[in-house]
Amino acid sequence: MSEFTISRRGLLAGSALLLASTALPTIGFAQTPKKGGRLVLAADSEPRNLNPAIVASNGVFFISSKIVETLAEASFDGKDGLQPRLALSWEGAADGLSVTFRLRDGVKWHDGKPFTAADVAFSALQIWKPLQNLGRTVFKDLEAVDTPDDLTAIFKFAKPTPFQLIRNALPALSSVVPKHLYEVGKIEENPANNAPVGTGPFKFAEYKAGQYYRLTKNDAYWGKDEPYLDEIVYQVLPDRTSAAAALEAEEIQLAAFSAVPLADLDRISKVPGLKVITKGYEGLTYQLVVEINHRRKELADLKVRQAIAHAIDKDFVVKTVFLGYAATATGPVPKNDPQFYTADVPTYPFDVAKANALLDEAGYKRADDGKRFALKLLPAPYFNETKQFGDYLRQALAAIGIDAEIVNNDSAAHIKAVYTDHAFDLAVGPPVFRGDPAISTTILVQSGIPDGVPFSNQGGYKNAELDALIVKASETLDTSARTELYKEFQKKVAADLPLINVAEWSFISVARDRVGNIANNPRWAVSNWADTYLAG
Amino acid sequence: MTRALRLLRRRLVGSVFVLLIVVIGSFLLLEAAPGDAVDAYIVSTGGDAGMIELLRHRWGLDQSELTRLANYLWALLHFDLGQSVTFSRPIRDIILERLPTTLVLMGSATALSFGLGSALGVYAGARPGSFRDRFLSIGSLALYAVPGFWLGLVLIVVFAVDLRWLPIGGIETIASGKTGFSRATDIAIHLVLPVSALGFIYLALYLRMMRAGMAEAWRQDFVLAARARGLTRRRIVLAHVARNALLPLVTMLGLQSAQMLGGSVVIESVFAVPGLGRLAQEAVAGRDTPLLLGIILVSAILVVIINLLVDLAYAVLDPRVGAGEASA
Repeated sequence: MSEFTISRRGLLAGSALLLASTALPTIGFAQTPKKGGRLVLAADSEPRNLNPAIVASNGVFFISSKIVETLAEASFDGKDGLQPRLALSWEGAADGLSVTFRLRDGVKWHDGKPFTAADVAFSALQIWKPLQNLGRTVFKDLEAVDTPDDLTAIFKFAKPTPFQLIRNALPALSSVVPKHLYEVGKIEENPANNAPVGTGPFKFAEYKAGQYYRLTKNDAYWGKDEPYLDEIVYQVLPDRTSAAAALEAEEIQLAAFSAVPLADLDRISKVPGLKVITKGYEGLTYQLVVEINHRRKELADLKVRQAIAHAIDKDFVVKTVFLGYAATATGPVPKNDPQFYTADVPTYPFDVAKANALLDEAGYKRADDGKRFALKLLPAPYFNETKQFGDYLRQALAAIGIDAEIVNNDSAAHIKAVYTDHAFDLAVGPPVFRGDPAISTTILVQSGIPDGVPFSNQGGYKNAELDALIVKASETLDTSARTELYKEFQKKVAADLPLINVAEWSFISVARDRVGNIANNPRWAVSNWADTYLAG
Repeated sequence: MTRALRLLRRRLVGSVFVLLIVVIGSFLLLEAAPGDAVDAYIVSTGGDAGMIELLRHRWGLDQSELTRLANYLWALLHFDLGQSVTFSRPIRDIILERLPTTLVLMGSATALSFGLGSALGVYAGARPGSFRDRFLSIGSLALYAVPGFWLGLVLIVVFAVDLRWLPIGGIETIASGKTGFSRATDIAIHLVLPVSALGFIYLALYLRMMRAGMAEAWRQDFVLAARARGLTRRRIVLAHVARNALLPLVTMLGLQSAQMLGGSVVIESVFAVPGLGRLAQEAVAGRDTPLLLGIILVSAILVVIINLLVDLAYAVLDPRVGAGEASA
């Protein structure tokens, strides 16, 4: 859709086009956007801290992205995959030492105070850099934020920082909170963390623990004629089966983030009045990964890792574990990433005979009982699919003579066992790809990360060549050179297998037909929903 | 009544020790579980080493186990349950918010299972071995064998999805603005399914105990005497047989209150009821030790109180059982 492409000049000329474009429905339902109504949807967890500037996680964004806005949002067809929000434009200096943001004029906080560059500077320096789970890495070299006027924020970096990384980080890492509420007292204990105040299309109204969160329309929102909805209510439904029932009973109109289990989708797609939507999560890709403890002598052998990769039938995993709602993976960047992905990497087609031959070659002959060696396999408990894949992997390993014992833990115990105690041989993990390999992907294989850091290389893998490549990419300012380095990174990871990427998946929404403008950006479930509506 | 008072005093002193053991035992058990509150928290956020260290420090998890236990007990002495790490709110407030819901749910479910169970038990036990006796015994056993969550889901599918008579979950209509009587009605409607699911499971216990008690009472001499006096069958059943069979049920009521608390965890999840059971589940998953200790403590106090009431009731119901001896 060409009307979505935004040139910088067009932006500076005025935001009318943009405002019109955000209001346009991208999916052609035979409905006209209608004003008003209460959208009730399922929430399966209750984040306590709703401040997305401190906690940049999907669970928090799901609710708070409607209240607190970022500088830019992800977009299917905007320039660099972005769509302006609080910032109208962004430009990186050639030396990588500064990025200039031009901010939207006439934006007001929910309490009526004006939004200015001072809020951006405060959020970046006082919250993103020192406190935010992801910002602590991406903004580590941010030194100062200059505000020559109320609508300009210039980020100054102590070390050259790739503009591409900053750009890619904007949708998830750049939530702006009001300085005037946060400058008093400790930021972590600010009452606004539980009742956020932002600039978004919806205001925080109330939270009843164990029952619901309620957001109401922000009448003073900057988006013309937005938002459409009067209210959004997140009904807490801890049991996933009841989300499907609630949709059928028309008590809720939407279940996002796969609140309806995959196994129920086939049945529920046939219920009149309900639709199953797989779009709208392209920017939130989870990767099904076999984490490997390289301290185990057998697993430190590349041939053994190759054998394991050959023993996994990725197509079968996609078909049976994910019921087709996933894609097979080739390496550490998912196929649906528009910037970095390359298919030009070593691959490991499903081949049990070859896997057995590799293990024989490596010197791990089958004993009399047919087993070569035994190991401990820890599937992460966060998703049904990671647990089910654990069961599959155990069988796949049995076929090549590796006797895997599955160890089941709950989330806290799993995190500790794998990332602090290293008490695993193989683990099944679901790391997230966040639009740029430098945000949370390279640390999966980089060495020198302290014990206890979750979703990082805790398998004792050390590859000086790969480490050097990661450092080089993090310092390369030129976008195309940087992209090439990350393609090289994918090749190296696929060749040396510090971990094995099996599949990539994201979430599914189920909604009543009345809900309009669903899935019109790659992070839809965690975007601001200003244009979401309920048809009559 | 001095006997009852003496019982009360002795029970209270004993209870303090019971509660102390419960608290220390639970604390040690929770500490033995791998992973702490920070581990549970970073599952959904990730984070670097510095952030993790910062969190451990802020939540006091960098102190030794003994220090934390000592601090907890010291605060407890001052009737302070402490602060929840996952909610960052005083635990007393969180529990008080959830307790009424669970009490109503448990109370109604107990009333249902005890009332209906014993009534059906009388009905079945009035004619031991008859068709209705067998039918009720098998039927209630089937209910008892069914897992709570499954019964809950079946009720949801039938009454909330297909028939749409009742809401699928929650404790009241969201943001309805209802007050007073209409709010109470609203809550009652929302409680029909969860109370049925929880109550029907334990129905079988009361039914079968009542029935067994009656079957035994039929063989007693005083029933023979009553028959000899020419009393009607109805009067014999109600005044002599059933009344004597009722006593063990009262004991059961006390014991079962603890079980009901456990059962409510499942039912509260299935029906999205914001009660203490679900809170406990969240506290375990979040490794929120002080919150879980608070819940355990409150639950233990509840069970102690209920059993105390049962003992007192026992003393009143059956004068032969001296209160002093009954509780030994």
